[in-house]
Amino acid sequence: MKLYEYMAKAVLSKHGIPVPAGFVISSPDQIRSVQGPVMIKAQVLIGGRGKAGGIKAADKVEDAKKAASQIIGMNIRGFVTKEVLVEKRLEIAKELYLGVTVDRSTRALLFMASAEGGMDIESVPEEKIMMLPVNPLIGYQPFHGRKIATFLGLPNDQSSQVASICERLYDLAMKEDAELAEINPLVVTKQGAVIAGDAKITIDSDALFRHKDYASLPEDLTPLEQKAKALDIAFVQLEGNIGVIANGAGLTMATLDSINMFGGKAGVFLDLGGTDDPEKVKSAVLLMAEAKPKVILLNIFGGITKCDTVAKGVIEANQARKIGVPFVARIKGVNEEAARDMLRNEGMIPASGLSEAAELASKESLGGA
Amino acid sequence: MSIIVGNETKVVVQGITGYQGRYHSEAMKEFGTKVVAGTSPGKGGSEVNGVPVYESVSESVKERGANTSCIFVPAPFCKDAALEAIDAGIGTIVVITEHLPVLDAIHFINVGRAKGVTIIGPNCPGVASPGKAKVGILPNKIFARGDVGVVSKSGTLTYEIVNAITDGDHGQSTCVGIGGDRVTGTDFIDILSLFEKDRQTKKIVLVGEIGGTSEEEAAEFIKENVKKPVVAYIAGRTAPPGKRMGHAGAIIARGRGTAESKIKALEAAGVKVAKIPTDVPNLLEE
Repeated sequence: MKLYEYMAKAVLSKHGIPVPAGFVISSPDQIRSVQGPVMIKAQVLIGGRGKAGGIKAADKVEDAKKAASQIIGMNIRGFVTKEVLVEKRLEIAKELYLGVTVDRSTRALLFMASAEGGMDIESVPEEKIMMLPVNPLIGYQPFHGRKIATFLGLPNDQSSQVASICERLYDLAMKEDAELAEINPLVVTKQGAVIAGDAKITIDSDALFRHKDYASLPEDLTPLEQKAKALDIAFVQLEGNIGVIANGAGLTMATLDSINMFGGKAGVFLDLGGTDDPEKVKSAVLLMAEAKPKVILLNIFGGITKCDTVAKGVIEANQARKIGVPFVARIKGVNEEAARDMLRNEGMIPASGLSEAAELASKESLGGA
Repeated sequence: MSIIVGNETKVVVQGITGYQGRYHSEAMKEFGTKVVAGTSPGKGGSEVNGVPVYESVSESVKERGANTSCIFVPAPFCKDAALEAIDAGIGTIVVITEHLPVLDAIHFINVGRAKGVTIIGPNCPGVASPGKAKVGILPNKIFARGDVGVVSKSGTLTYEIVNAITDGDHGQSTCVGIGGDRVTGTDFIDILSLFEKDRQTKKIVLVGEIGGTSEEEAAEFIKENVKKPVVAYIAGRTAPPGKRMGHAGAIIARGRGTAESKIKALEAAGVKVAKIPTDVPNLLEE
């Protein structure tokens, strides 16, 4: 779960990392006074807001109110700005990059640091980025911070500030279950202080059970996405017109690939996870009916449940909702044939294999209007 | 021979009294697996389907000679369960539990690897060597004994492909589902190197998916170290960039982790790549 900048900065501050003084508002009238030059920053969970006009400078209250009124409501690459962060403007001497992230190949938290901060880290040449994994059995030690500070080539007093921020950032990632904690830019001010200019923190959504304070954050979800989330079903909206229901991420993607082979295009897809629980299959069919695809393709590879039991749930959902679009169903496992007979009697199109199902659904989607 | 699990495997099921633990311990037994014990704190002394339940893993090792653990406990307790198994001297741990906090996985995986413990998962379907043993939740009926080694990031897609291999009149030496999470105890390279050494395995099938770079790394490894023929399928060829496709790792982000890059790397290493899962058995014939 991504945190807004102002929340991420509050988390940094909680862990002792310096951030500029600031406050968040949702209406320009909430700005009563500003202490010297400030920045007004759109709070959206997408990059590139500066280029989109979502960050403005102001020196006086009136300017700040005007900037805030321009930014609030602004649509930045599909995200509507509801709040802005008003914070003290830093006098920037240098912009660094410092981040900690989960690294698959070293199976560890990995520090990334660069003296070329301020821009997207992906556009910084590799030789200018230090990658330093922290062996979890060793844990963070002061030498990690010294290595990073040395790489950044800073004078002594700033080096010690950076090393201290490294230690706190690692501690933050461990304690908050952050899969990403990124400070970009990490600003060195003209006065020689090292302060977080911006912050991106992503909390591991699988760890929210032990971080109840994050769990209540509002999310921008469509009603269908909300329903899917409540059912623990992955919901993805694509361009095509075949509604795909499958169990498991890999199988769902393989179903998409197979449809594509036969000229079809997937629209909404629902991934139930690895389960073949008939109740969940039934809920997914009901949900899919609301998404109104042109054809529905159900692909369930059964592990525990018998196919006829799954088919019974599908048929119940179909009867409850009178779906009215071609429904191709492939349910693999024990009692497959009985399930196919049941589906056929219901006017659905049973299929025995993945390719066959993909071909049938593609044909249905390409036929007609 | 086979890899990771075989005739010598003696399984302790951690979390045996839950629905999944109960169901799958029975299914493992039906597969021919020696399920020697289960654990469930507070329920020691009872039995599940004739399998004795202990308070701790170390008791199951001492009393029943357990050498392999299959973990079904819920995510909040999974790190504790895995560390307990490592501490009890279990040599192979299969973690079925999904939605595990990644830092928990990182912790016990590093401890396990440092102690020479083989950890499969988390969030994986397990390991099956037909005719010998299965540790995990893979459906029994799809397997046939044979010479194809299967390694996969997926769950149900693994079943789909194993089923296609069996329908195509091939069988499996061992099938390993390494799990789709970002951090896993065992990766493609670990398993490829075991298959290359395993005498029963004559051909290898690798099932990957978009996201990350482990398929590219596997391709590099195959080029240098694997002489046995390898067939691959990469799921998500038609997945759009920027959309997370269910698995934590399955996302094309910032142009990285695309199916094209993986397929290109694998083909450059001499691997035949199937366009759809049902093509895998055809490519095994060639």
